[in-house]
Amino acid sequence: MGWTAADFVDGGSGPAILARMDQSSPATPVTRSPVIGSAVPRKDAAEKVRGRARYIDDLKYPGMLHGATVRTRAAGGRLLGIDFDPAVDWSSFVVVTAADIPGANSTGMLDGDQPVLAADRFRHSAEPVALIAHPDRARLREALAAIRVREDAQPRPLFDIDASLAAGGGLCPGNTFRDYLMSHGDLAAGEAQAEVVFEGRFETGAQEHVYIEPQGMIAHVDAAGVLVVEGSMQCPYYVLDTLAAVTARSAGELRVVQRTTGGGFGGKEEYPSHIAAHAALLTLAAGGRPVKLVYDRAEDMLATPKRHPSRTQVRVGARRDGRLTFVDIDFALDGGAYSTLSPVVLSRGVIHAPGPYRCPSARVRGRAVATNHPPNGAFRGFGAPQSIFAIEQAMDGLARQLGISPLALRQINMLRPGDVSVAGQAIDSATDFDAVLAQALAESDYLARQARHAAFNATGGRLRRGIGLATFHHGAGFTGNGEVVLASEAAVRARRDGQVEVLASSSEMGQGNTTTLCQIAADALGLPVERVTQAPVDTQEVPDSGPTVASRTCMVVGLIVEQAARQLRARLIDEAALAREDMSAEGFAAACARWFDARADAPALEVHARYEPPAGVMWDETTFQGSPYAGYAWATYVAEVEVDLLTGEATLLDFVAVQEVGRVVNPVIAAGQVEGGVAQAIGFALYEKVVRGAQGEMANNRITNYIIPTSADVPPIRVFFQEQRAGTGPAGAKGLGELPMDGPGPAIVSALNAALEGTGAMPLSRLPAMPEDILEATAGVHRTGEAA
Amino acid sequence: MSTDITLRLTLNGQPVECVVDPTRRVLDLLREDLGLTGSKEGCGEGECGACAVLLDGAMVNSCLLLAGQLQDAALRTIEGLPTDDPLFEAFARAGATQCGICTPGMVVAARALLDREPAPSRERIREALAGNLCRCTGYVRILDAVEAAARVPSGRAS
Repeated sequence: MGWTAADFVDGGSGPAILARMDQSSPATPVTRSPVIGSAVPRKDAAEKVRGRARYIDDLKYPGMLHGATVRTRAAGGRLLGIDFDPAVDWSSFVVVTAADIPGANSTGMLDGDQPVLAADRFRHSAEPVALIAHPDRARLREALAAIRVREDAQPRPLFDIDASLAAGGGLCPGNTFRDYLMSHGDLAAGEAQAEVVFEGRFETGAQEHVYIEPQGMIAHVDAAGVLVVEGSMQCPYYVLDTLAAVTARSAGELRVVQRTTGGGFGGKEEYPSHIAAHAALLTLAAGGRPVKLVYDRAEDMLATPKRHPSRTQVRVGARRDGRLTFVDIDFALDGGAYSTLSPVVLSRGVIHAPGPYRCPSARVRGRAVATNHPPNGAFRGFGAPQSIFAIEQAMDGLARQLGISPLALRQINMLRPGDVSVAGQAIDSATDFDAVLAQALAESDYLARQARHAAFNATGGRLRRGIGLATFHHGAGFTGNGEVVLASEAAVRARRDGQVEVLASSSEMGQGNTTTLCQIAADALGLPVERVTQAPVDTQEVPDSGPTVASRTCMVVGLIVEQAARQLRARLIDEAALAREDMSAEGFAAACARWFDARADAPALEVHARYEPPAGVMWDETTFQGSPYAGYAWATYVAEVEVDLLTGEATLLDFVAVQEVGRVVNPVIAAGQVEGGVAQAIGFALYEKVVRGAQGEMANNRITNYIIPTSADVPPIRVFFQEQRAGTGPAGAKGLGELPMDGPGPAIVSALNAALEGTGAMPLSRLPAMPEDILEATAGVHRTGEAA
Repeated sequence: MSTDITLRLTLNGQPVECVVDPTRRVLDLLREDLGLTGSKEGCGEGECGACAVLLDGAMVNSCLLLAGQLQDAALRTIEGLPTDDPLFEAFARAGATQCGICTPGMVVAARALLDREPAPSRERIREALAGNLCRCTGYVRILDAVEAAARVPSGRAS
């Protein structure tokens, strides 16, 4: 086919879109059905608002046992044994250790280095070593207290990225899970051309997801001998794969059911596979009786992955006129004790590290470093919020050195049509990042407020105000060739009465896919959205449409659903005399009835489709060059803050989020994604700090002292969408879910630094920026606000 | 363990009598003994508000309430709100629920507010809901929903 990668950058208005449009019937008006782009109320709202939705901990079964997990205390070492206090009658308990695992003792993620239950050596605190279950939940606590794990703790655990790199080994070769290099252009030439160079080091902390529903699973063996595991999760087929390996059962002997999931944010991408394996081992040891394994908040925070802490060293150079000549980035993530998802978090972080800027030469080295922290993992944004924070602060630092505004530096360097990104991706002719920036400046009244703040701050009181912005983009879908490898599948199924079901493993965790996927199918079928529902996510009922991660559900799975729905309609036209121009629900139902009448023994009218990557999207994993994503969302976020120099407290006054996301499928759901993501990122920027104990464990593993934003902390969040051009997703949509996690951190810190300008404070360079960090930065500054 | 007591209360408008350990958490009494699972446990220490209930009309976190404290009290849970409570429709329409786990507690907190103050300002709503954590929405649409519900002419007895 005669198009290039450039046609698909940001979804472009390339031939793929046109080709898909052409498939629609010529009799169909070109105007869109009102289903796409309308604020269809969420299909799950009615039962959720009334408290009728059933989450995993709301379910109970006759004869059900409750499970608990025995964990290590030390940050690595050798297991010497597990002592069970003989004063306890253990005969009424089910007990499982690594010796009871029928299959592989591995959770199976990527490198397969993480055991389901530690058997001999362990690498971190809170690592699971044994499982117990009992019919009385209350007895578990005393039983846990009567079990002693004998540990030979390793002498010098490693908790710091650079200390671990310097140690050079002990956890894995070089203590480095992955070492990636992305290079672009001639770095030496870029350095030679630079007239001004900024160097800085930036850090971000761990972040806990705090989905309000803690993690949990129930496992049992059904009458047919099938091992059934149900619970809170994002990726049912990941769970299935882990269960198959751990229990040595075939897929046909396993069934994974996603129950109503109370938030995920990446935290339920990989860890649910562990809990599912644990619950499965317990039910197998208990003769198939149901076992519920639900964490309380303290255990959830102690044991489950966090956002990777990062440190980034940036050197960025420019000519005096502000044009970038080179960027040289050393990006490192604390992967924790096992590699889990760190390799893919790292690759996304590396690719996003140079930001949305034109730069003729660049080098980004990225390493996922092993430490003795519990493994860090997926969290909305997936490495990008960390590296974007660094490049955005570096751009501000460079602007200070050049003596121009951060805004001007971005306007000079932002990617525009015809440019090629550092990853090697050409920017298509429809991209208009300037329009996104312009709207953000207008909505936030940026320049006027900047002037007002200057006047306000000049009065010299203890309060200072500032406004700051971040310009960024976020690639949607799996990185590189990930979507090709996944080859996701989805289906639509029509009933005789014309009701249609979407069959996909995409898991509703609040983001709205049980509504948006139905809108997409309804649009392609020409039906009102009421006629379409998403089938319950059950691996024996729905195909593997891949994990519910990476901002891919609407864009990638939605596209497959759209294709399946189009084919279903085409079949009804061909096989059941559905008139091409008949877009009525009644006509559709009548055609379905005719189809079934003519096929008395047909079990179902079901059409499957599989993901086909847009042609021309190529990615070279060894050089990190090519087109890493089929589409990007572009954004400018603006934060306005007030800082109290006496207390270090920062208060957000206003927040504006402008983004170009292709076609918005459901404006209320889309805005909700942005508002929620911004609030979560405000927490990342200002409030949420994981405090570590001596063994590297999370010491503040309670909502009481790990502080997430409340309604009183969140400013007005003003969200604006631009729909400049079609994305590669269904009806021109792009991915959105992670984007809002990227921008608030850098925008807020830029605003804080603007507020502190002139006080003599050192620019802030670390997230979260807690009051104590602000006080430290202003140390030596006179508390009435005058520079010392 | 304490000696069980006979507890008499009005639960969602109905008289209820049960024999219970007076130190049992009301959240467990509701969820495990009475099958009322609309109240959720998010933290177990009174921070998140997902287990909020109305005790004699005032919002309390049921994870911090003991069964013995219910003697002769009137307890209302999410299951006991009238089916036509305008908050339900308002939350659904505004997009105020996403994952939904905080929603029952949030609706109960909003009901406690509106029963006390039928027309609260947005700032007042923001304050009144500050004890209920939501990790999905950023609260914007929750505030919208409570404002919208407050505008619905009250046709029902509170």
